[in-house]
Amino acid sequence: MSAAVLTAAAAGRLGCPVCGRAAAVASAGRRCGRCGARLPATGRRPLGAVWAWLIAGVALYIPANLEPMLVTTTFGRDSASTIIGGALELFALGSYGVGVIVLVASVLIPVAKFLAIARLAAHASGRAPMRPHGALALYEVVEFIGRWSMIDVFVVAILAALVQMGFLASLTPGPAAAFFALSVAATMLSARAFDPRLIWDRAGVEHV
Amino acid sequence: MPAIGATDDGTGEQFVACHACDALLFEPPEGVRRARCPRCGAVLTTERAGSLDGVIAAAVSTLILLGAAVALPFISIDAAGRHSEASVLDAAIAAGGEARALTLAVFAAIVALPATRALALIWTLAPLRLGRPPAPLAREAFRLAVELRPWSMMEIFVIGVVVALVKVAGIATVGLGAAFWIFVALAAIAFYEDAALCRRTVWRLIG
Repeated sequence: MSAAVLTAAAAGRLGCPVCGRAAAVASAGRRCGRCGARLPATGRRPLGAVWAWLIAGVALYIPANLEPMLVTTTFGRDSASTIIGGALELFALGSYGVGVIVLVASVLIPVAKFLAIARLAAHASGRAPMRPHGALALYEVVEFIGRWSMIDVFVVAILAALVQMGFLASLTPGPAAAFFALSVAATMLSARAFDPRLIWDRAGVEHV
Repeated sequence: MPAIGATDDGTGEQFVACHACDALLFEPPEGVRRARCPRCGAVLTTERAGSLDGVIAAAVSTLILLGAAVALPFISIDAAGRHSEASVLDAAIAAGGEARALTLAVFAAIVALPATRALALIWTLAPLRLGRPPAPLAREAFRLAVELRPWSMMEIFVIGVVVALVKVAGIATVGLGAAFWIFVALAAIAFYEDAALCRRTVWRLIG
């Protein structure tokens, strides 16, 4: 990497986070002259929004795992299964591949994403420095992969639709579906609120 | 939008800032196929010859296929000696009770948002392809298309359908209708569109 890269901030300019146009730093808080997006008032999208959405996502993830995702009625008896319980049922049915997909999408990805966003935000606030190239790679993975957590929500919605149309009589969606969908949406918003330039603002000269 | 005082100072034409690390760079010249930021390595442009054609074709195909995917039978079930078929539209109309919000959210993620995105992309890109000035509200339309991308979830829905089929396999015999395979095609088109669409190129052409 070249050591002689000038940043927009050092040149008194402010890059638009949407289209990249580098306006004068005095444009902060106004709209970008090229794409019309609002330029952050402080020059960077605020870290507070990242933490707020992340906390909402973690808080919603707790009832999402404690409440039932799917209630199955057999011979008049209700049996409720949580997200993890539903995945274990798939293992019990012998569908190991699909069970792994559900566990990865519903448990591994959300939890890893909580930790990754918290790690990036801690780095951006100067509390736990990371190597900037590694942090950027982590950010790109988090942005790309988060939406795939929605798989289990689609599964429950499809099963619920089959029940509504009278095809299946024995399944009802539980409250966890809504909690889980909102948790994934909140963490998607958290990741999108993170300004990757904060990674490099913290990197300083030693990592340029 | 360009009211006096409402926009930036108008001196940013020749420079761009890297979205990932804030490096100040010259605007990559037209025709550069793939430019990376020299500081952080983030991809800046992915422009290729004909990519505008490809994105427009993908958006038009998405609109046409979505129409078919909503109306054609999606799933067929044989249970207790009875055969029935249902489309995505049937499912959306039948939604009630606790499942209503969930079904409407899914309908938005797999039909309404992808259709809105496709319309916004055609609205923005077709005039550019024809060499005409940008359409009114082109900037807003393209920003909408970019912002909606993560929430358009056809490819995730396809995986969800497969998992749901495995779950009910013990209860009923479920078959896949034409609409399921159309969603598979829509997911593939979405991947192609992501690869073909270079946002910075479009912003340069609009701005």
